[in-house]
Amino acid sequence: MTFPILSVIIFSPIVAALIILMMPAERKTEIRVMALMTAVFALLLSLWVYLTYDQSLAGYQFIEKYDWMPAFGISLHLGVDGISTPLVLLTGVVMFTGVIISWGIEDRPREFFAFLFLLASGVFGVFVALDLFMLFFFYEIAVFPMYLLIAIWGWVKTREYAAMKLTLYLFIGSVVALLGALAMYFQSGMGTFDMLMLETANFSPEFQKIWFLPVFLGFAVLGGIWPFHNWSPDGHVAAPTAVSMFHAGVLMKLGAFAALRVGIMLLPEGAKFWAPLILMLALVNVVYGAFIAMIQTDLKYMIGFSSVSHMGLVMLGFATLTEQGMTGAGVQMFSHGVMTALFFAATGMVYDRAHTRKIPELGGMIKPLPWVGFAFIIGGLVSMGMPGFSGFVAEFPIFMGVWQVKPWVAILAVISIVITAAYIMLAIRRTFFGEMPKEFEGHITPIKAIDKVALVLLSGLMIGLGIFPGIMVPMVQSGIQNVLRILGGA
Amino acid sequence: MFTTSMIMAILPEILLLVLGLLVLAFDLIWKSESKRNLGWLTASGLLFILVLSVAIARPAESTAVFGGMLRYDMLGFVFKLLFIFGAMMTTLFMMDAEKLGKRGESYILLLVATIGMSLMASASDLIMLYLAIETTSIPMYILAGFMRDDKKSTEAGFKYLLFGAMASTIMLYGFSLIFGFTGSTALVAITGFSMPLAIGVIALIMIGIAFKISLAPFHFWAPDVYEGAPTPITGFLSTASKAAGFAVLMRLFLGLFPATSQYAPTWTMVMAVLATITMTLGNVVALSQTNIKRMLAYSSVAHAGYALVGVVSLSELGVGSVTFYLIAYVMTNLAAFGIIAAFSKVTGSDEIADYAGMSRRNPTLGLVALVAFLSLTGMPPFGGFVAKVFVFAAAVKADMIWLAVVGILNSIVGLYYYLTFLKVVYLYRMEGENEEAHPIPLTRPYAIALTVLSFAILAVGIIFGPWFNIASSVAEGLF
Repeated sequence: MTFPILSVIIFSPIVAALIILMMPAERKTEIRVMALMTAVFALLLSLWVYLTYDQSLAGYQFIEKYDWMPAFGISLHLGVDGISTPLVLLTGVVMFTGVIISWGIEDRPREFFAFLFLLASGVFGVFVALDLFMLFFFYEIAVFPMYLLIAIWGWVKTREYAAMKLTLYLFIGSVVALLGALAMYFQSGMGTFDMLMLETANFSPEFQKIWFLPVFLGFAVLGGIWPFHNWSPDGHVAAPTAVSMFHAGVLMKLGAFAALRVGIMLLPEGAKFWAPLILMLALVNVVYGAFIAMIQTDLKYMIGFSSVSHMGLVMLGFATLTEQGMTGAGVQMFSHGVMTALFFAATGMVYDRAHTRKIPELGGMIKPLPWVGFAFIIGGLVSMGMPGFSGFVAEFPIFMGVWQVKPWVAILAVISIVITAAYIMLAIRRTFFGEMPKEFEGHITPIKAIDKVALVLLSGLMIGLGIFPGIMVPMVQSGIQNVLRILGGA
Repeated sequence: MFTTSMIMAILPEILLLVLGLLVLAFDLIWKSESKRNLGWLTASGLLFILVLSVAIARPAESTAVFGGMLRYDMLGFVFKLLFIFGAMMTTLFMMDAEKLGKRGESYILLLVATIGMSLMASASDLIMLYLAIETTSIPMYILAGFMRDDKKSTEAGFKYLLFGAMASTIMLYGFSLIFGFTGSTALVAITGFSMPLAIGVIALIMIGIAFKISLAPFHFWAPDVYEGAPTPITGFLSTASKAAGFAVLMRLFLGLFPATSQYAPTWTMVMAVLATITMTLGNVVALSQTNIKRMLAYSSVAHAGYALVGVVSLSELGVGSVTFYLIAYVMTNLAAFGIIAAFSKVTGSDEIADYAGMSRRNPTLGLVALVAFLSLTGMPPFGGFVAKVFVFAAAVKADMIWLAVVGILNSIVGLYYYLTFLKVVYLYRMEGENEEAHPIPLTRPYAIALTVLSFAILAVGIIFGPWFNIASSVAEGLF
C-alpha cells in the first residue's frame, strides 16, 4: 500500500488544531511556530501531489478508499484529477501565506489558528472527496469556522452582521444542495454516495432538469453567483486579513468546484438545459461586479466586488460547456485564488500601518512600502488580464469559449476587462503614488522579512503561470476532457 | 417459571433497583458532609450496569417475556443503555449542584425514574406501559420541584405534576377504550380496530405521548418546567425522558402500523403536520428568548419535531434515523445543560447576556459550548449533522420532500439563535471587567462528564457507521 497522501493532507491540519488547542494559551510564540510548521507541511505535501500527478495518465489519481458506512454506501473515497490538483496546491499556498500574515495576531492566537486549520481541513476535504456524503461533510466543516473567525477577529464595525449574513447564506445554499444530493441518492437506486458510481446512474432528463438548479445554485452561492453574491463583499471586508485570503482565495473556489463536480458532472442533462440561464447570471456577475467595484472607496470592498466579477468569469466558463471555456475557468480558479490572496495580504499590510482603507485618504505608500506596492501592482496586472500574467492565461480561453456559444455575451463580458483596468489603476495611483498625507509621516513602518516571503511566493506563482502556462493548463485540460466525456456521453 | 431470557430482559432494571437500595443504605450510614460521595457511588454503579448490560444482556432475537408484559428486543435494549448513560451524566452534574448533590433522595429518585424509563422502552402491554410511565413521571415531578425554597422550582414541580397527570389521564382513557372494545390489554390489540374508532383511540394515546416528548401543541409546560427545575434535572428531563417517549411512540405506532396498513396514510399525514408545527413553533419562539434554559427548552421542542420527521417515513431507515438522532441529541443536550449547570453554579445566572466573556473566563468550557451548540445546529464533524442528514434522508425516501424542506428551513432558524449564543460566549466581553479575574472553575464531576460528552459527540459525528448500525438494529423485530 502506498503512502495515503491525501488523507494526510486532510487530517494533518485537524490534528495540528487539536495539538494547538492543548497548548497553554499564553505560549503565543510556540503556538505560532507550531502553526507555521503545519502550514509548511501541508504546502509541501500539496506541492508533492501537484508535481507527481501524472498528466499522461490523467483521470483520478492518488485514490484512497475506506469503507465508512457500508450500509449506506458511504466511503472515504479520495482522489484528485486535473481540476482539483491545482486547487489543492492553491489551498496549500493560501494556508501557508495566511499563517505568515497572521503572525501578529495578539488576541487568542491559539483559537485563531485552531479554527483556521479546521477550515483548511474542510477545504482540502472538499477538493479531494469523491464521495458525495463526504463532500458535504467537509463542505460544512469549511463553512462554520468562518463565522467564528470573522465574528471574533474581524473588523469591529461590521463583523457581527457580516459573519451572520455569510453563515446564513452559505448554510441555506448547502442544505438546498444537500436535498438534491439525497434525491440523487434515492433516485439512483444504487445505494451509494460514490460520485464515480453516481456518474453512471443515468438519471432521467426530467429528474436532472428539476434538481440541477437547486444543486448548482446551492453550491454556487459560495461561488458568489449573482443574485446570491451579497454576503461575499461584506464577509471579505469584515474578515481579518488571513481569513479574507482564505475566503476569497479558496472558499469561493469551493463553491464553484462543488457546483462543477456535483451539479454539472452528476446531472449533465440538467446542465445542458440550464446552461443559458447560468450564462446570463454569470454575465451579470462579471459586468455588475466590475461596475460596483469601480465606485468603491474602501480598498477591501473594491477587491471584494472584483472577486464577484472574477468568480463570474469562472461560472461563465463553466456555463459554456466547451473545452476552452471550462479549461479557462479551471485555471481562473487558481489564478484568481492567488491574486485575491495577494490583494488582501497587501491591503492588510497597508491597513495595519495606516489604519484606514479608504482610497481617498491614502497616498504615496510605495515609498515606505515598496514590496507591498509592487505586489499590489502585479496583482492588478493579473486582474486586468495582462498577457504574461496568469490572468491572461485563464481569461482568454474563457472568452474564446463564450464566443463559440454566444458571441454577444462575450462582447458584453469583455467590457468588464476595461472597467477592471480602470478601477485597478485608479486604486493603485491613489493608494501607492501621489502625495502621502501628512499624518502618515513616520508612522508607516516597513514590513517584516517574513511578510516578503508571502508576497514573493504569491507574485511569483502568478508570473510563473503567466510565462509558462504549460505548467498548469494541460493538467486542467485533462480534467476538463473527462467532464466533456460525461457531457457528451449522457 | 423464570427463564434466563426473563432475567436478562430486566437485568438493567434489577441492577438499578439494587443500586438504588445501596444508595439508600449509604445515605443512612454516611454523615452529611460525605454525602456528596453518593454521587460517585451512583455514577460508578451506573457505569458498571452499562458495561455489564452491554456485555451480557444483549437480546439475540425479539421475544415476549413475562406473559407478554415486556418485549425483550433491541429497541428496549438500546434505549435502556441510552437512559443509563443519561442518568450517569446527570448524576455527575448533580453532585455539585446546590441542595441536590448532598441529598441521598435525589439520586434515588433519579434511579427510580431511570427504572421507569427502561420499562417504558420495553413495555408491550397497556397496563405495564401505564405503570412504567407513572414510575418515570412521579420521581421527575419531585425532582423538578426539589428546591423547596425556590419559588420557580416549586412552580416547575407543581406545573409538571398538573400537566403530567392530565396527560396521563387522557392516555389512560384511551387504554380503557382499547380494553373495553377488545377485551385485551396487549398493545397489539389496537390493530383490531375499525378505522374511525382507531383514530379516536390513537389520538387519545397520542396526547399522552406528545406531552412526554413535548410536541406542539402539548409543549406548554416545557419552558416553565425547564426554567424552574434544577439544571441537571432539566437536562435529564429534556433528553432521557424525551427519548423514552419516542421509544414508546415507535413501538406503539411503527410496530403496529406498517407502511402497508390501511391506517398508514392518515397516520403519516398527522405526524408530518405535527412535526411541522413543532419544529416551526419551537424554533421561532426560541429566537426571542433571553434566558438560556428557556431557549434550550424551545430548542428541545424543535428537536422533537426533527426526530418526528424520521418517524413519518414508517420504514426501517426511519426508525434507525430517529434512534440515531436521539443518541446524538441526548449526548448533545446533556452537554449543553452541563455547561449551564457549571456556569450558573459560579455566576448564579441563566441569562444569555451574562455569558459574555465566558470563553475567556474558561476557554475549555467555551470549547465544549462550541461543540454542543454546533452539534445542536447540525454542523459536522459533530453528531447533530449526521443525525439530521439521516432524518431528512428518511423523509426524502418516503417522498416527503416538502417535509425535508420544512426541516431545512427550520434548521436555518436554529442556526441563527445557536450562533447568537456562541457569539455572546466568544465575542462579547464582560463590561469593564478583566475576564481573567473571574474564572469559572470546573469541579471534577463536571470536568469528567463534559469531557466524556464532548468526545461522545465527536465519536457519533465522525465514526457514524457503527452507531448507525446499532440504531438500525432497533428496527429488527419491529417490522
